[in-house]
Amino acid sequence: MPSPARILMCRPDFYRIEYEINPWMHRDVDSDPAESRAQWLALRDVLTDLGAIVEEMEPAPDLPDMVFTANAGLVYHDLFLSSRFRFGVRQGETSHFDAWFSANGFRVESLPEGMYFEGAGDALFCGDTLFAGYRFRSDARSHHWLGDRLGVEVLPLELIDPRYYHLDTCFCPLGPDEAVYFPGAFDSYGQDVLKSRIPGLIEVSASEAVSFTCNAVVVGRSVVLNEAAPKLAGSLRAAGYEVHPRRLTEFIKAGGSAKCLTLRLDGEEAAAWKAPKVASRSDQSP
Amino acid sequence: MPHIAADRSRPDPLGGVAEEIEVRGHIIDSLLLPKILDRILQMGGTFEIKECKIGARRVDPSHARIAVSAASPEALEEILGDLVVHGAAPVAPQEVRTIEADIPGTFPDGFYSTTNERTQVRLHGKWIDVDDQEMDCGIAIDPARSSARCLAMTEVELGMPIVVGHDGVRVIPVERSREASLFGFMGSNVSSEKPKAISLKGVAKSIRETRKAGQKVLLVGGPAIVHTGSAEHVARLIREGWIQTLFAGNALATHDIEQALHGTSLGVSMTRGEPIEHGHEHHLRSINTIRRLGGIRAAVDAGVLTSGIMFESVKAGTDVVLAGSIRDDGPLPEVITDTLKAQARMREAIHGVGFALCIATALHSIATGNLLPAWVKVVCVDINPATVTKLSDRGTFQTIGLVTDVEPFLRSLAQELA
Repeated sequence: MPSPARILMCRPDFYRIEYEINPWMHRDVDSDPAESRAQWLALRDVLTDLGAIVEEMEPAPDLPDMVFTANAGLVYHDLFLSSRFRFGVRQGETSHFDAWFSANGFRVESLPEGMYFEGAGDALFCGDTLFAGYRFRSDARSHHWLGDRLGVEVLPLELIDPRYYHLDTCFCPLGPDEAVYFPGAFDSYGQDVLKSRIPGLIEVSASEAVSFTCNAVVVGRSVVLNEAAPKLAGSLRAAGYEVHPRRLTEFIKAGGSAKCLTLRLDGEEAAAWKAPKVASRSDQSP
Repeated sequence: MPHIAADRSRPDPLGGVAEEIEVRGHIIDSLLLPKILDRILQMGGTFEIKECKIGARRVDPSHARIAVSAASPEALEEILGDLVVHGAAPVAPQEVRTIEADIPGTFPDGFYSTTNERTQVRLHGKWIDVDDQEMDCGIAIDPARSSARCLAMTEVELGMPIVVGHDGVRVIPVERSREASLFGFMGSNVSSEKPKAISLKGVAKSIRETRKAGQKVLLVGGPAIVHTGSAEHVARLIREGWIQTLFAGNALATHDIEQALHGTSLGVSMTRGEPIEHGHEHHLRSINTIRRLGGIRAAVDAGVLTSGIMFESVKAGTDVVLAGSIRDDGPLPEVITDTLKAQARMREAIHGVGFALCIATALHSIATGNLLPAWVKVVCVDINPATVTKLSDRGTFQTIGLVTDVEPFLRSLAQELA
């Protein structure tokens, strides 16, 4: 019996479109607080129903994007590598996230100053390898640093479309050798890397990618994602996944969806290091 | 002879400037290394992989050190800026090293010896241009003004910080391709077998462009200009505003004045082409007349000197530098007999010169070539091919040679520019 998934979420009490730091955000298209709350609760409930333990942290006023816990940092065993946000408007979140991880038994470390890194938004394990997105939010230098710090292989992938500013908006590992991706968000080098390294690669069409369907949460063999992606849902079912579409339109207004609203605390399903007691070179606490 | 070298930043054989970058991480499997190399080429640069260590296991990082070259510092900056995005880090170039001059009029041992190419030094983490670019000089740093300039050995004062070694110095050669388009009218080969009309038109075009760009045209002339009867053409060029600076010796000025006062050059009648009785005395009598009046300008003011190159120069306010030599008669009062003082005056006068026309003089042409930066176009006209090659061989490689008699050349040039 595998231990239940542990996921960190933050209530959208102060979630609003208060600034514009990606092409999705428009201050004149504000979120509806009641609808945001309803969509957030529905997401939390489906994850709980799937057997996950959802840890809720206290939101902070004036930090509307704290709701997107995926960007807090990168979790590796009991180590929490805290993000260095690109934009000042999000940098205030760091102290809250650090405090929570410290209080919850994680060792908290920060990247060197001068580097940008936005956590699980831009760094996702698939198998033994950490795939990392750079250009808009994280920088490639931070990825090289991560490789040295964790002793794992890190493959930086350049993001070329500002709408897919984080790696988790266009790439979602499902299992150690399976992932969903939108090719148009990567240049030919990035596409070649993904194709050569991930045998089970499911392509998302441009029309479905634009509704944030790659931004999915995987719990066991279940995938929770934004609705309006019938083709992807079909592909996932064909690959043996149970699909749980949910309405997350309020969060797409800020450029986020299911995945952005969650941070896996025990390692993503696709991360090889999370597999219990399978002899692997990288299966060591750093 | 000048040599071109800089430790971390040596000129590309095709021209341009190079800097090294480092890339570290999983650069092979992420295709970052091939991508960075492709980016360099796509942006018009070139590269040389100086070092590449591939990680033994998949989790081991690889490392590459790459020299990136581009045509200009600006193009290089753009490429490096792009590569940083992909995780490349510039290998910090070293700061320029200086030693304070300990003996006036000398450089410290190991001083950096300059070329006539555009040069930059790395000062306080930034590349700055070296002012007054001149070959066979040293570089003095002014820490207060964060500036650097070429200076001759004799100009060195006690305590001046002088650049030593090659660290933090880079040379940016003139782009040959651009050179070809500017000087497209002829190759650099010296030959008497070239169509003169085309060459002439090219020279005229360059002079026009120089003036249009607000730069000065420098004429370096020898006495053969007067002997061959070309003084009137040069006088016309000066009168019509095509020449702003004139370098010559005692001889050109003397024979020009001899012609103006006596109608002869070296005693030969300029109208009949025959020696005149007692004509050999004319040049000395001319010098004496000018000396008695106190100088060329005074002779013009007194209404004694009323035609010729020197007359037009005074009238037009041309910046004239007459540098003397050991065989000079007189000399004329304006002739600078101290070689170092003459050099310093010439150095001052070449500021703002964009085009130099060297005609029928080896010594003054070479002296001028030594002072000119490589980006000033130089055309050397002489009946003797050896004069032209000599100028190129002494480092003024940008020289275009025209082997021809100076009289028809200057006559046609004056007509072409009229």
